[in-house]
Amino acid sequence: MNNYTLISIIVIYLAVLFYIAFLAEKKRQSKWVNNPYVYTLSLAVYCSAWTYYGSVGIAANSGINFLPIYLGPVIAVPLWIVVLRKIIRISKQHKISSIADFISLRYGNNRFLGALVTIICLFGTLPYISLQLKAVSETFEIMSDDSSYISTTVIDDSTFYVALLLAVFATFFGTQRTDASEKHKGIIASVAFESVLKLVFFLIIGVYVTYYLFDGTTDIYNQISVLPNFKQLTTLSGVEDGLNWLYLISLSFMAVFLLPRQFQVSVLENNREKHLKKAIWLFPLYLLLFNLFVIFIAWAGKLTFGSTENAEYYSLLLPLENNNSFLATLVFLGGFSAVISMVIVSTLALSTMVSNNLIIPYGFLDKFIKNQPERNSKYIKNIRRISIFTIIISAYFFYVLFSKELSLYSIGLISFVIIAQLAPSFFLGLYWNRGSSKAAIIGALVGFCIAIYTLVLPFTLRVYTGTDDFTQFGLFNISSLKPYALFGIDFLSPPAHAFFWSMTFNVMTYMVVSLLAKGNYRERNYAEMFVDSRNFTTLQDSALVWKGEAYVADIKNVLIRFLGEKRASRALNIFFTKYKLPKDTQLADARLINFSEKLLTGSIGSASAKILIASVVKEERVSLVEVLKILEESKENIVSNKVLLEKSNELTQLSSKLKEANEELISKDKQKDEFLDTVAHELKTPITGIRAATELLMDEDDEMPKDIKAQFLKNILQDSDRLGRLIHNILDFEKLETGRLNLDLQYQDIQKTIVKAINSISQIAAKKEVQIINKNTHGFITSYDEDRILQVLTNLLSNAIKFCESKTGEIIVDYKLGNERVEISVTDNGKGIPEEDFDYIFDKFYQSKHQNTRKPAGSGLGLAITKQIVEKHQGKIWAEKGVKNGAILVFTIPFK
Amino acid sequence: MKKKILIVDDEPNIVMSLEYTFKKQDFEVFIARDGSEALEILKHHIPDVVLLDIMMPNVDGYQTLTQIKKTDSLKNTKVVFLTAKNKASDIEKGLKLGADKYLNKPFSVKKIVSEILELIA
Repeated sequence: MNNYTLISIIVIYLAVLFYIAFLAEKKRQSKWVNNPYVYTLSLAVYCSAWTYYGSVGIAANSGINFLPIYLGPVIAVPLWIVVLRKIIRISKQHKISSIADFISLRYGNNRFLGALVTIICLFGTLPYISLQLKAVSETFEIMSDDSSYISTTVIDDSTFYVALLLAVFATFFGTQRTDASEKHKGIIASVAFESVLKLVFFLIIGVYVTYYLFDGTTDIYNQISVLPNFKQLTTLSGVEDGLNWLYLISLSFMAVFLLPRQFQVSVLENNREKHLKKAIWLFPLYLLLFNLFVIFIAWAGKLTFGSTENAEYYSLLLPLENNNSFLATLVFLGGFSAVISMVIVSTLALSTMVSNNLIIPYGFLDKFIKNQPERNSKYIKNIRRISIFTIIISAYFFYVLFSKELSLYSIGLISFVIIAQLAPSFFLGLYWNRGSSKAAIIGALVGFCIAIYTLVLPFTLRVYTGTDDFTQFGLFNISSLKPYALFGIDFLSPPAHAFFWSMTFNVMTYMVVSLLAKGNYRERNYAEMFVDSRNFTTLQDSALVWKGEAYVADIKNVLIRFLGEKRASRALNIFFTKYKLPKDTQLADARLINFSEKLLTGSIGSASAKILIASVVKEERVSLVEVLKILEESKENIVSNKVLLEKSNELTQLSSKLKEANEELISKDKQKDEFLDTVAHELKTPITGIRAATELLMDEDDEMPKDIKAQFLKNILQDSDRLGRLIHNILDFEKLETGRLNLDLQYQDIQKTIVKAINSISQIAAKKEVQIINKNTHGFITSYDEDRILQVLTNLLSNAIKFCESKTGEIIVDYKLGNERVEISVTDNGKGIPEEDFDYIFDKFYQSKHQNTRKPAGSGLGLAITKQIVEKHQGKIWAEKGVKNGAILVFTIPFK
Repeated sequence: MKKKILIVDDEPNIVMSLEYTFKKQDFEVFIARDGSEALEILKHHIPDVVLLDIMMPNVDGYQTLTQIKKTDSLKNTKVVFLTAKNKASDIEKGLKLGADKYLNKPFSVKKIVSEILELIA
């Protein structure tokens, strides 16, 4: 194929990707961009050119050894639901923007650790990116007709321009926002699209090779199995091979968490936790499909070409050999897709780390404090843009200088081993709260150095010196220092060997240093938060232990520098609302410090955020004991808060009961006032009569006629009686109402009592000419206080007389037995009780508004006292409703 | 011309003393046992003064006073409350409604007479 045609295809393809990314950025909220499938497909950034081409190479050369790199992730995936979810939660809460940030935050925003992680990631990833460029360059050469043409300078090399285009792409979509913890939807959408393409194209070529060029899998197997050393390539031979496998599986297990690009897609770009649920079965399925035809393509290539010299590109060479340039182009595009997604995501992740964990915390903080927000934002973006270009260009030069010598597979493994040095601080840090920053730093450094010594140094020296002396004889000719056989372990493949030793020393150092040197309070604080992720959400704001003095205004100023006035104010408002603090709060507390650090973390990384906030805060050191105490307290607080809540509910109920009781008391009080008022009024009335009459009688100047004099004297007597009765009733009523009355219960004949009552009132009745009829004359003996029941009967009778008309008046007293009680009724044919009075006639001093007669001789307490007496006997008293003429008053006495 | 007084009270003994007293003072005395009786009498007679109890059945003293104040022909009639209700709030209410005097029970007959005479002098 013509060079220009090929370049056009590449450019058009890039344009398509650009368009997809552009659309996704435009419709950030669309469900096309935010779904578990896009998430899963973006995870497939794991399958880079190494997978696409390298696997076939390794399968051709050393059989099924290509598999462990995919078995690791498959084993890791089920754990995601626990481990990755925890990581995602923590990262979201703290606006983490890279793995360097994550590890640095775990160890108390340690600036040096963040930088170290960044450097390790750079070392691990740069060769990896260059490996991708190598694949582009080599496949370009294969595709191009012009095979005689070999680029000699950078200017002529198409790979260089491809690298530049990728840098432009990453810059454009990677630095849209200052806050690096924001999602990069455009990039993720294009990665997902590429993941589909690379899988589909790889499957197409697999089917084409297996079923079109050959007669299916059996055919290839039959043909290959006759070749020499076939068995060796398809089985594991002995313990050594098993160990190699084990190490490779562990290595890839870690890599799927730790590779910057994997951390980027699986943690930082995760929209919803529930997407994980789909990913944990879809992603292994994707890997399985990808590896389905690897071995057959490898065998087919081996059968077709005989040599395994160019085995990595069998998938490309096979269709070309059969003059199918269309299929070859598809394969090329698939591989190109794998390259683009890997390069772009890796570069994005690395550039964020380089800017937020290396450049900003070590060089630009002072400047930022002085700058305007717009300028800061521009600065940060530019730092990232320059980082992206620098990384890609460095990768390109790394490729030019070294990678040409190495296979895709070996560079990939070097990357994995270097990145794996983050594993102890990362994994142990998540579950062991003793892990300290010193340990993380020293452990990673030790591991890193061993990995360099055992893996990078040998091949670097070989390239430079052209000899194998270092590998053959070891450092200073000490055989136990041979880089591929450290301390005599010579049965492992170099990557497995490097991994074994670096990891052993790394883990040991990490644990020993952690146990020997305690971390400071800040580290311990974050350690608790990371480890205790069950309580993470509840702990994370309140648990930050911090003592010192800080002003909201100062902190706000720092925030404004990076977020701008509007966003800073809004964020603070949200904070104040969330914690129900007044908007004009002046002194900042631990929660605000923590909140502000989080806000800045996305833009400048956690270490810088800590430094910046600390610059406006007068912090006091807190002892470790205090930290633990406060953390313990905050846990206890959660428990006691629950208890408090229950208690407060109880209190609320109690207070409403009290309120009711109080209202009742107030109403009682009011009733008492009214009662006293009425009593006073009632007492004053006869006294007034007595006083006036006496005064008139005393006037000696006045010749009062005799009959009038007699009338006045009679009035005085009457009023005095009334006064006496009133006082007696009041005292009686008081006694009954306060329950101080003791009944003198004796067995009596109710009939006899009724007769007594009628007799006592007969004079008054006779005077008004009202007739009283005793209807039931049978005797019935039950237990009651006779005097009191007499009082009840007399009251009812005199009331009845009062309301009866003279001469026609008729009162009937009757009783009946039933339902374990005596029911006594007094019926009259008077004017009856108005309906609205029914509820009140037994109230003290109640007098009907419709009462048209002169004030009765009674006190206004009669019926109230009556009711009290009946109730004291556990009986009831009521006026029958719906009576046409007169009134019927009924009371009951239960049998004793 | 004889002075006219209307005594409104539901206590016969008190009414009797007052009736005797004012007749002695040469008043023409009208008697009502509650507000409604009083208002009935006031339709036909215009007394110089009304001596008004407050706590009475049917129409009480306050209501009676309100009615009197609404009646044009009675605008020269003085109204005096004579009552056992002597809380500050009661007195205030009575005077607000337009009573000319507020006298308390129990009372001195002589004092009542002098207060009334002073009022209608």
